[in-house]
Amino acid sequence: MSNHPKEAAKFVANDERMHWHDKALWFVREKRDLASKSLPEWEELRSMASQIKTHTMSKLDYYLEEFEKNATAKGITVHWAKDATEHNEIVYKLLNAKKVTKLVKSKSMLTEECHLNPYLETRGIEVIDTDLGERIVQLRNEPPSHIVLPAIHLKKSDVSDTFHEHLGTEKGNDDPTYLTRAARASLREDFLTAQAGLTGVNFAIAETGGVVVCTNEGNADMGASVPKLHIASMGLEKVVPRLKDLSVFTRLLARSATGQPITSYTSHFHAPIEGGEMHIIIVDNKRTPFLASKDYQQALNCIRCGACMNTCPVYRRSGGHSYGYVIPGPIGSTLGTFKDAAENKTLSFACTLCGSCTNVCPAKIDLDSQLYNHRQNLNELNLLGAKKTVSMRAAAWLMTHPTLFSLVGKIARTIVPMLPKAMIYNRFNVWGKTRDLPPMPKKSFKELYKEGVADEL
Amino acid sequence: MSSKNDILKAIKDNNLVKQTELPNWNDFGITFENKFEHFSTMLESVGGKALITNDLDNTIKELYPDEKVIVSNVENCSLGNFDENACDDPHELKDIDLCIVKGEFAVAENGAIWMKNADNRHRSLYFISQNIVIVISKSEILNNMHEAYEKISFEDKGFGTFISGPSKTADIEQSLVIGAHGPKSGYVIFTD
Repeated sequence: MSNHPKEAAKFVANDERMHWHDKALWFVREKRDLASKSLPEWEELRSMASQIKTHTMSKLDYYLEEFEKNATAKGITVHWAKDATEHNEIVYKLLNAKKVTKLVKSKSMLTEECHLNPYLETRGIEVIDTDLGERIVQLRNEPPSHIVLPAIHLKKSDVSDTFHEHLGTEKGNDDPTYLTRAARASLREDFLTAQAGLTGVNFAIAETGGVVVCTNEGNADMGASVPKLHIASMGLEKVVPRLKDLSVFTRLLARSATGQPITSYTSHFHAPIEGGEMHIIIVDNKRTPFLASKDYQQALNCIRCGACMNTCPVYRRSGGHSYGYVIPGPIGSTLGTFKDAAENKTLSFACTLCGSCTNVCPAKIDLDSQLYNHRQNLNELNLLGAKKTVSMRAAAWLMTHPTLFSLVGKIARTIVPMLPKAMIYNRFNVWGKTRDLPPMPKKSFKELYKEGVADEL
Repeated sequence: MSSKNDILKAIKDNNLVKQTELPNWNDFGITFENKFEHFSTMLESVGGKALITNDLDNTIKELYPDEKVIVSNVENCSLGNFDENACDDPHELKDIDLCIVKGEFAVAENGAIWMKNADNRHRSLYFISQNIVIVISKSEILNNMHEAYEKISFEDKGFGTFISGPSKTADIEQSLVIGAHGPKSGYVIFTD
């Protein structure tokens, strides 16, 4: 079960590292701002992206069938998977049929969601994550802590130690170029010896029946163009209607993600390689219920740029692992809570409701509203826990009795400053664990307001 | 077939997303007075470099004096000494030091070139080569991605990719390292 407060406490215990992490993410956010401001039409692009996605979701069954029809015509085999298990079974069947013993995989949060690696590994298939950040966390036996920057929580000294242990690099050499070259050499061997490549999908085009994968490292392209078998796994929300819709998304994606004008490679796959096979697996895994939800449907419009994480004051200071869900940050919190409220009941509170995520989202998803709504839903589902529920009920009762509320306020303003600290900061005052109460004002807002109105009369 | 039907039924039965028109656009997006200049700035910002010359052989020889295995599918360039198209298996491309390949058109706003392996048998050529030089006519620079997608189609099977600079990564402490899994350097040469 995810427990954000507990896990975040571990992360912030290392004050220096927390601030370093915060700054690293803020640096990326600033690059995003520069990139977005270089385009006068940025806000129009966001609206267009939102419209295209909303239109697609409203006719999703139609576009998925179009996609399948057109992909099939291009010699690509399309599979459908209701859940993670079915997805993993399809992958294994395809690999097993070709006697694959080594699979090179490029970035795919979906396969993380489906726990594909352990599934294949227990069946004797070696899985190599080839994105550098993912390779680093794979060697460390950790999940990615960010969807675009999987190893953002690690320092170069951590990477140096990991590579020394697994790739035999010099102990203590933490030069990023040296470490990257070492990974390049090792992974190149894997690309050349693997019998299959698996990629994620950034966009699937209904009109043409192809998929688009965006990377900087070129790892998806190596994996999908050297081995004979290419498998692409996609969540069903990845489809867009027209080829030209990509002009909107390719302008938004990299600028929102890292502030780059475009990724190094934006590859359009519309056929297997010569003499090879290409398969696409369309996965539901609890996505369709979003379409039936008034409050949470927009979450499917996400293009996985990670901008909401980079800007989030909570994510920046608590790290991706504190969420305990495959996708961290604001978008992960709403996806996770909708899919399994009991399991992820702490995530919608990992939010200050500042709304910055909504402001940077290239698809204009109402992230802060969704997180706010989740809190009400958790209360209705009785998942908030006794401490929170009782204190909220007491506060609600008090606030609906104005005379009593004023009286309690007056008493508190007089008495609290006289109380000893130990009495105020007790175990029931969770808020006061890491904060001091502000000095008590002499007058309440209501009193000041009345005086102000009197002045104006 | 049953999973497909179940998924499609689950979508149809409960879809509450309201009908929204697809947006359309014409003459949309940023334009540049000097497209080459902007392209060049963007390409340098992502670790590549743009040049203008018609003397391909000498220019490329100067850039890559030590590269041994060279593939070229560009006219007016005689440096090629390896026939990629004669290889049946892309694994045979693993020792290519440099590929000199034709680009379809360039995009000024982001320093990208559209590549559609019309002349190379293996799409992996663009990624497996240690270095890449893309040759393109100077008249083929577009302003932005909207113009770019007007020129692209996928009526037939195939592959196409926008390449913007050499491969790169910043996965280790946000330090930019040029040369991840694809080429370690990349030049774009515009010819008049």
